[in-house]
Amino acid sequence: MSEPTANPHHVVGPKVYLAIGGTLLLLTGATTAISFVELGVFNAVVALAIAVIKAMLVVLFFMHIRYSSKLLKLTVAAGFFTFLVLISMVMTDYISRAWGLW
Amino acid sequence: MSTASTIVKLPPQEGATLPKKSYLNSEYGLKSWLLTGDHKRIAILYLISITFMFFVGGAMAGLIRLELLTPQSDLMATDTYNKVFSMHGIVMVFLFLVPSVPATIGNFLIPIMIGAKDLAFPKINLLSWYLYLAGAAFTIAAMVLGGVDTGWTFTTPLSTHYLNTHVVTAGLGIFIAGFSSIFTGLNFIVTIHRMRAPGMTWFRLPLFIWSHYAASILMVLGTPVLAISLVLVILERTIGIGIFDPTKGGDPLLFQHLFWFYSHPAVYIMILPGMGVISEVISTFSRKRVFGYTAVAFSSVAIAVFGFFVWEHHMFIMGVSNYSALVFSLLTMLVAVPTAIKIFNWSATLYKGSITFETPMLYAFGFLGLVTIGGMTGVFLGSMGMDIHLTETYFIVAHFHFVMVGGMLMAYLSGIHFWWPKMTGRMYPEQVSKLAALTTFIGFILTFFPQFILGYLGMPRRYAAYPPEFQVLNVLSTAGATVLGIGYLLPMLYMTWSLKYGKIAGANPWQATGLEWQIQSPPLTENFLETPIVDHEAYDYEWLANKTQHEVQTVG
Amino acid sequence: MDSQAIATSPEHTPSVEHAHPPYLRHHFETVEQQREASSFGMWLFLLTEIMFFGGMFAAYLIYRNWYYPAFVAGSHQLSIVLGTINTAVLIGSSFTMAMAVYSAETRNRKALITYLLLTITLGLVFLGIKSDEYHEKWEKHHVPGLNFSVHDFVNVNPAYPDDKPLPLDMAEKTQVYFSLYFAMTGMHALHMIIGISILIILVIKAYGGSYTDGHVSTIENFGLYWHFVDIVWIFLFPLLYLISRHQ
Ligand SMILES: [Cu+2]
Repeated sequence: MSEPTANPHHVVGPKVYLAIGGTLLLLTGATTAISFVELGVFNAVVALAIAVIKAMLVVLFFMHIRYSSKLLKLTVAAGFFTFLVLISMVMTDYISRAWGLW
Repeated sequence: MSTASTIVKLPPQEGATLPKKSYLNSEYGLKSWLLTGDHKRIAILYLISITFMFFVGGAMAGLIRLELLTPQSDLMATDTYNKVFSMHGIVMVFLFLVPSVPATIGNFLIPIMIGAKDLAFPKINLLSWYLYLAGAAFTIAAMVLGGVDTGWTFTTPLSTHYLNTHVVTAGLGIFIAGFSSIFTGLNFIVTIHRMRAPGMTWFRLPLFIWSHYAASILMVLGTPVLAISLVLVILERTIGIGIFDPTKGGDPLLFQHLFWFYSHPAVYIMILPGMGVISEVISTFSRKRVFGYTAVAFSSVAIAVFGFFVWEHHMFIMGVSNYSALVFSLLTMLVAVPTAIKIFNWSATLYKGSITFETPMLYAFGFLGLVTIGGMTGVFLGSMGMDIHLTETYFIVAHFHFVMVGGMLMAYLSGIHFWWPKMTGRMYPEQVSKLAALTTFIGFILTFFPQFILGYLGMPRRYAAYPPEFQVLNVLSTAGATVLGIGYLLPMLYMTWSLKYGKIAGANPWQATGLEWQIQSPPLTENFLETPIVDHEAYDYEWLANKTQHEVQTVG
Repeated sequence: MDSQAIATSPEHTPSVEHAHPPYLRHHFETVEQQREASSFGMWLFLLTEIMFFGGMFAAYLIYRNWYYPAFVAGSHQLSIVLGTINTAVLIGSSFTMAMAVYSAETRNRKALITYLLLTITLGLVFLGIKSDEYHEKWEKHHVPGLNFSVHDFVNVNPAYPDDKPLPLDMAEKTQVYFSLYFAMTGMHALHMIIGISILIILVIKAYGGSYTDGHVSTIENFGLYWHFVDIVWIFLFPLLYLISRHQ
């Protein structure tokens, strides 16, 4: 199912790296600029969304996941999944602790 | 593949001789061992160091039981007792149970079972052993310098604010040993994915591999959370940052969450490899393919995944949200399902099998019975109402000892006996070892069954003194521990004896189907003369019986 | 997953293969298998890193919800300018690291060494700015456990004159914010220091001609580590510096 050893090694060139690096810098500027605008709760949402986009760009291009085997894609996904399990299951306690007894 | 058993009649191995060349004599000298990249030699190094730590932890257990012989705390002062049981827990959990089967038997067998020459990263494998040693050294240092009395759980704020003992040293030891475990798991996962021989598809893998795969996932994803919680404890103790400190606004329960996020899966890190051993042993001595191979394989993965969703059952009485506790309690019931699937499938494997009762099989039977009791009492503790009565009593002590000692240690000994001929080329003495298996079982029941009753009657854990009415059961338990101790000393003695005087085993003394049994014992450094090509399922006894001539790869 | 065996396949026997390069270790059958294995191993290690930092991110999430005003006041003590510059510096170093991998792949030794040195420089710049920030925290008595004082939080912050001073009990909770700040950025900085130490070794070995002979795994895997450290900062920056600017 996956592409195993036969998968020829993909060399990513400077053009891609430059484009991605430039985009990352732009997004950094953007997220700082937006933080000066009053958006209420959306300040956090936007900042985190931009951070997620930046992280994804790094993972996909700088770290070559876009060109990697399914196994590696799955590995990355498994890491984020477990992190989400940690966060969400811990939060079940913290969200409802103040609800008091039955 | 049939549902009936197939009796394999290999040519007698009576006249077998030890091969001239093997991994044991390919090189000589201390350096050739301490700098080796050979997974088999590293397994032996682990075996020695783990056995040492086991007897350190065992000595602590002996002291605990001696103290509990009488209701007063008369053998040692109460805080000495605290240090002794803490060290018992720390050593046994982090330095014995977690690495026990994976680092010794797993290290030895995983490459051979999948037809590879070595693990993917031999140097990292050696590094994990050194990390293990460093972790053990720190832990022993903490003990020698004056001990640590937090219990193995390092509960905050006790560990961060109220104790004057060597928490930092012990914490560092566990942190380092944790990385040893991470690197072992990482190595196994890569090896199982990337090093399999041609034809060795996922569903031809022995179940031993599947369970190690599942355990490795837990090691890689769970252990770092323990690492960060220990780092934060150490930082809180040394500099005084305030992440768990209630006086600064931190929440001590957050430490519990992080700690148990690792330490519940850690139970499966410990038990899953043992389950792998049991699959191999039961199949071999029933001469039948494991019933429901796919179900057993996937139940290992299911245990690993569910294992991350249940940790809060260790915290029901600590003031967590009731609503969240309800969720975790329900999820805890779920995790019992894949374990039950395994138990049922093993029992079904026995059905109509051609069963013989060699020592590994006796230990495996011990495992089946004891782990079932251990698992079922776990369901008591996972249900919120019962837990309030039973937790922090001897009931919970008995419960996890049934799983860890009755289950895991039985599986470990089963595996050590089963693969001893492969590791050393010589058989252990059959009669004495059967006696040892029986002694262990009787000693175990005698030690821990009374503790269920004690716990139910309300005797709390972690106290040196107790009301006099509990003495009879405690004396029983201590007597059992003595028997149990003999049961563990015996294998140590006769295994060492067998290194020189044991009967020569031959390549396949059990007439088993795994790839490891198709090569010479002890194996060559490179395991296989040529890369094997796999064309049959795991546990295919007909394939083995039909082999016109038993081609064992032997040199010399 | 891959139900095909990948270790070797019969039509892939070594005899068909060209002569084994010296960096192929004996237990691997092909260079490609070795390379796949090592990058898979590196990724698994990065998973442990995700979970390592994950514990602290979970703590951040919880305490931010508990002590929101303290987190706002705490983050108003950080310099957004320095934070933004540092983010840009680190992204730059990720770019030069990616270019170093490219140079190794194209067997350009000079470029490889140049890009590695640039990466070291940018890493050091980041650490320099970070230590300046730490120093400032120390002088302002914002280090919990060592020299913390609530003074700045029960009084008006001159940089944010609109902020109301915090009541004393909430002002105490800024210690949680700064504990997290130091734990998270400290662990991140520790990863940077380890990374820079490895980079120095890589440069020395690259001078000797390593990594430009077709065996790029080491550089590639180190690149993965460096980018991961960058990603951690990409999240730390908004969480600690940005999202609490407005109440
Ligand atoms: Cu549990």
